[in-house]
Amino acid sequence: MSAAVTRNAGPRAMLPQWATLPVVFGGIIVLLWVVVGITIPLWTPYDPTMLAGGRFQPPNASHWLGTDALGRDVLTRTLYGVRHSLPIAALVIFCAVVIGGTLGAIAGFVGGLVDSIIMRLVDVTLSFPPILLAMAVTAALGPGLGNAAIAMVIVWWPIYARLMRAQVLSVREREHVEAAIAAGATRPRVLTKHILPLCWSPIIVNATMDFGQVVLLAASLSFIGLGAVPPTPEWGQMISDGALHFYRWWIAAGPGIAILSIVLGFNFLGDGLRDFLDPRSK
Amino acid sequence: MTTYIVRRLIAMPLLLLGVITVAFLLTYFTAADPLTSIIGERQMNNPAVVEAARERWGLDRSLPERYLIYLGNLVTGDMGTSFRTRQPVAQDLMVRLPATLELVIAAMFLGTIFGVVLGVLAARFRDGPIDNIARLFALVGASAPVFWSGLLVLFIFSVQLGWLPGPGRIDTRAVAPPFVTGFYTVDALLAGDWAGFRSVLMHLVLPASVLGWTVTGIVSRMVRASMLDVLSQEYILAARAKGAGPLRVLIHHALRNAMLPTLTILGFSFAYLITGAILTETIFSWPGIGSYAVAAARGLDHPAIVGVTIVGGAAFLISNLLTDIAYALVDPRVKLSQQESS
Repeated sequence: MSAAVTRNAGPRAMLPQWATLPVVFGGIIVLLWVVVGITIPLWTPYDPTMLAGGRFQPPNASHWLGTDALGRDVLTRTLYGVRHSLPIAALVIFCAVVIGGTLGAIAGFVGGLVDSIIMRLVDVTLSFPPILLAMAVTAALGPGLGNAAIAMVIVWWPIYARLMRAQVLSVREREHVEAAIAAGATRPRVLTKHILPLCWSPIIVNATMDFGQVVLLAASLSFIGLGAVPPTPEWGQMISDGALHFYRWWIAAGPGIAILSIVLGFNFLGDGLRDFLDPRSK
Repeated sequence: MTTYIVRRLIAMPLLLLGVITVAFLLTYFTAADPLTSIIGERQMNNPAVVEAARERWGLDRSLPERYLIYLGNLVTGDMGTSFRTRQPVAQDLMVRLPATLELVIAAMFLGTIFGVVLGVLAARFRDGPIDNIARLFALVGASAPVFWSGLLVLFIFSVQLGWLPGPGRIDTRAVAPPFVTGFYTVDALLAGDWAGFRSVLMHLVLPASVLGWTVTGIVSRMVRASMLDVLSQEYILAARAKGAGPLRVLIHHALRNAMLPTLTILGFSFAYLITGAILTETIFSWPGIGSYAVAAARGLDHPAIVGVTIVGGAAFLISNLLTDIAYALVDPRVKLSQQESS
């Protein structure tokens, strides 16, 4: 521990404590992808779904990552892919946090039978390997990116329900809550004004760490053929195209590196945040 | 401690029933008519065929009736008949299970060895370049999509370099070893077929490495943490003082004690491996349960989807149970916090 303190007092003493190398590195990767996603239509010379040149061109000066089986530019499609991956991951995480958080808060605050029912539902949902549950749900709803997103919310909400319930249970015992109840605050008011505001931080950290996993699972579902449908420039879908012609390695290389970099970015972020928040793991 | 384990054991069958029920309901509330995948789209306009198929596959019964029939059949090991292969699902799964187990065990073996080596090195050279490289290697393994890294290693080691064979469990021209256990490695050895054994082993290297890499990070992180824990203890100092060499202290004194907590995460990594196996098998044309699951999901083969989901859920439940029990045995502190959260 003392070694860590002296190290931090070095040239980096001016930086905030959370700004470790992994966090900054991961943050830059994620930020770059966000910028690419927003500005991409402004500066690519090709259209992601239109013919851009001959088929199966290896990487060259006009197509840096080559072209695919239909003569579309792989780099353009890869960069456009982030416009599917990130919004879907954000949507899935948001819905999972809202649904799981609400149910977890109710379970922890109300207790009794309601708690039992919600938590048994959580237990059963967490009993499935995530990808298998997501596959079964998507197969039942019918393939498509929207249904894959619903499936992923079903996979992820219990994690937040469990987290939120544990938080509510511990905050509920604090003295300021007792004081609020003694002062005559109604139960919904106690929950929303006095308990919930203190419950969010671990959930937000967890959500950041899960982002990469959601991107990965979304791409996996598309790769299997249950997510995005052609000609959507979605990374998993593109790798699945590339697998058909795997002698032409460049077709899958772009989306593969894209997934790797974005998941790595979020993992660096999460890893660094965890080190900062939980010094024991250091 | 015992009450905790007993409670977990009692919860098991209930959770399993929950898993079965959810898996069953999922396919009941499906958007697509399963009849389309049974009789094909062209026959859907033929009322006689539709009616016959409905009756034949029990689709004319009510939901509770179908659920009870399914449960009853499940008890006798009957998971229904696959729409796609027209074989009993349980039989399909039994035939494919050894292939998946062989892959997962090989992956776990490779992943654990690499993870332990990386973890020991990272702990020994803490915060140095080796620690950082080990961490990066582990993070990349956990971040790379196996369905791409699989393609990449196939291209590099099989197509370009020609060092290792392509997809599949055995050479396409070779005959599978006579069935004894279903594990091709074991069966080839039992048959005394050395060339076959070598071929099977070579086919395992790439998929097992790709899959094993995904858990290297979990193992190395755990080994590193518990090695650091052990290395700071006094008996290590005593061993050094007695004049034991650095390697001997590291392996003989430290690693032996650091391994116990590490063993508990093997169950946890098993959960990762199930996920990874589904995608790895698809890339490597591995005739296991994973590729069966994918084919079933693509083909809307509902009996097969329910069967695979139940088997996967059961495997997941058991590995989680074993992990939790192992944790509770190794670290009594864990027990309390888990009781609170469940």
